Amino acid sequence: MGSAITIRGLRKSFGSTIALDGLDLDVATGEVHGFLGPNGAGKSTTIRILLGLLRADGGSATLLGGDPWRDVQTLHGRLAYVPGDVNLWPNLTGGEVIDLLGRLRGGLDQGRRDDLIARFHLDPTRAGRTYSKGNRQKVALVAALASDVDLYILDEPTAGLDPIMEHAFRECVAQIAANGSTVLLSSHILSEVEALCDRVSIIKDGRTLESGTLDELRHLTRTRVTATLARPMTVHELTATPGVHDGDVDGNVVSAAVDSGSLAVVLDVLGKHGIQALTSRPPTLEELFLRSYAP
Amino acid sequence: MTQLAGSRTLIRLAWRRDRIFIPVGVVAMTVLAVASVQATLALYPDTASLGPAVRAVLTNPASKALYGPVSDLNDPDAFAVYKTTMMGAVFLALFGAAIVRRHTRVEEEQGRLDLLGATVLGRRAPLWAAVVVATLAVTATCAATAIGYVAVGADPVGAIASVCGWAAVGCAFIGVSALAAQITSTGRGCAGLTTTVVAAAFATRAVTDTRASTPAWLEWVSPLAWSQRADAFAADRWWVIGVGAAFMCVCVVLAFVMLEHRDRGSGMLPKHAGPARGGRLLSSSLGLAIRLHRAGAVVWAILFMGLGAVVGALAAGASDMLKDPDVAELLRMFGGETADIADLYLATELGVAAVVAAAYGVATILRTRTEEVAGHTEMVLATASTRRRVLGAQGLIAFVGSAVLMALVGVTIGLTSSDAAGPSVGELLGAALARVPAMWVCVALTVLLVGWAPRHAGAVAWTLLVGFLTLGEFGALLELPLWMRDLSPFAHAPTLPGGDVAPLAQLVLIAIAGAVALVGAAGFRRRDIG
Repeated sequence: MGSAITIRGLRKSFGSTIALDGLDLDVATGEVHGFLGPNGAGKSTTIRILLGLLRADGGSATLLGGDPWRDVQTLHGRLAYVPGDVNLWPNLTGGEVIDLLGRLRGGLDQGRRDDLIARFHLDPTRAGRTYSKGNRQKVALVAALASDVDLYILDEPTAGLDPIMEHAFRECVAQIAANGSTVLLSSHILSEVEALCDRVSIIKDGRTLESGTLDELRHLTRTRVTATLARPMTVHELTATPGVHDGDVDGNVVSAAVDSGSLAVVLDVLGKHGIQALTSRPPTLEELFLRSYAP
Repeated sequence: MTQLAGSRTLIRLAWRRDRIFIPVGVVAMTVLAVASVQATLALYPDTASLGPAVRAVLTNPASKALYGPVSDLNDPDAFAVYKTTMMGAVFLALFGAAIVRRHTRVEEEQGRLDLLGATVLGRRAPLWAAVVVATLAVTATCAATAIGYVAVGADPVGAIASVCGWAAVGCAFIGVSALAAQITSTGRGCAGLTTTVVAAAFATRAVTDTRASTPAWLEWVSPLAWSQRADAFAADRWWVIGVGAAFMCVCVVLAFVMLEHRDRGSGMLPKHAGPARGGRLLSSSLGLAIRLHRAGAVVWAILFMGLGAVVGALAAGASDMLKDPDVAELLRMFGGETADIADLYLATELGVAAVVAAAYGVATILRTRTEEVAGHTEMVLATASTRRRVLGAQGLIAFVGSAVLMALVGVTIGLTSSDAAGPSVGELLGAALARVPAMWVCVALTVLLVGWAPRHAGAVAWTLLVGFLTLGEFGALLELPLWMRDLSPFAHAPTLPGGDVAPLAQLVLIAIAGAVALVGAAGFRRRDIG
């Protein structure tokens, strides 16, 4: 497995505003990579550098083995892009825009195009100015997904889509991934990232905070354990156990957040009191995300 | 009157939204008209000052086509309002129509009317409010202008008759716009339809005004002609305002009827579906640029051919006037020692056309920046298309398009020239194309700005062009030093026909344009997009 995107120490400022402050990103070939961060964290700036629209001030970026600034033409024939804020030409129809962008990229699969238009319930005969936000998004999605390319860069592609379309989108991405293409998915919809992505990178203020598979990220955090015990234990006994945080005892029911590495030890301690029922829930991506941003 | 419920609130809303647009329009038109009348009255204060030279200009068919007839050739007041009457009528037609459109079709297209329509609002209230506000704006312009005319010394009765003619035109096109807003479904379509009616009205009255014998009723067909039918400072038919008002009422009632037969958001014309697939043209950056500029370019081409036809039609007049000793003397005073004044006339018109064609080139290059700001360039550059191609496509259209416009105007002048002794079509084509290198320098400077100073490109590019125009038009008048006048590329274009060609200067201009454009392109290729 080669690397589709390798970014090291990327820097970019706009005047006095620092957008990227030494960002790192690794996207392996064939994976669906979630790119997370709040508004203003630098996601779109990173993507725009990868597209050769912006020139980085420092650091390095490699895209599909090439230089995103210099090798524009060869690289862009191998990638498709959906912008976060889709603006269409007011007097071109959706169908015309799809064909234009596909041809500029080097051709698109007509069968796939028509299939996607049907799947997304898009009317391709309407002028750009008459589309709603969701429909503009669909035009950009169809234009990108109808091309058979190595890399898809999707910047908040489902903002404005309804749940049915969101579902259709997930199916499409799963299909692309199954075909071996790479996807960089920037998104705010964490359930979407959780469902689709093999690995995620969380960035903040232009730097990478965490990167890895969801399991890896979870290993760095705590699992919430709730147990009903046959013989009650004291709060002190619970909190004295290494790796236990936020311990709470309510009669026979104990609950605690447990460091992933200490799970075995904690279960041993609980076992001595006779476990009658046990639930353990790994943190959701939302919890991981919010924890990354905790002050 | 539940159909009109909420009109008062909407009128206040319209005024709040247009509190800059309407006052600026009213004041600008008033000041322009009154200043022009004052200047003309100062120049020609009495009947004696209206010499044969002035009469020759006034009765020339080409002048009549542009400005219409003068109501009384012996009255300085009539001569003073002669030019402002038709120009003001066209302005008020477009002004009134624009106000109606802004508060009806555009509101509807943007979906803001849905927001308002969910409140207690009569179906007819938005159109009614728009018509009321537009009528008030037209009335204000007319009233202020009448006061201004009297203040600078015009006869009060004639002044009132004159602005009554204006008001008739304004009302008529408020009605036309009210109808257009029901028929079309987009703001652009509505503006296009209204402008077409204005152009048709202008063409109709240009024809009826220049024909030797026209039946009286034909003179009333074009609403724009109603401004002249007021016959200010002669018959003083102030009652034409009633004709305009009646026409407006009929249109508005008809529009109300149409309102009952259409859905909100759609027009009376069926919305036709566009193509579901991109044509062969939409396969490259150049194809996209051609598609985006196509409609505009056709309008520009028609405009330039129209300009050429007017200049050509006037050519005989320019030539005839020379036979009049008074005019010859007058022009010698102004024109200096140029050998052939007919040639000078053509050269001057071509000079004006060159600046306008350069404006087309500048606007085309600036489209690169508008596309970028709108986020379109981002999508195109994310494909295998390159910056070189994106800018190159706009550049090709700007450079070639501006030259084609000049060729069109040159050929049209030649074909329509009423002056049999004038230059041939070929000579005029050459004379027109001789201005192209100077125009290209302006276009190239815009490329430079888009490449290196994109944020200020629009403002600086237009300032430069207006600056060059001012240096050319007023540089000699203001006795500016030669080096300053020579800053304008147009100062180095040959004054053809009649003047000398300096091939070296032309080559230098082309070289400068090429070099500047290449430096600009280099900037565009290395800077951030968006």
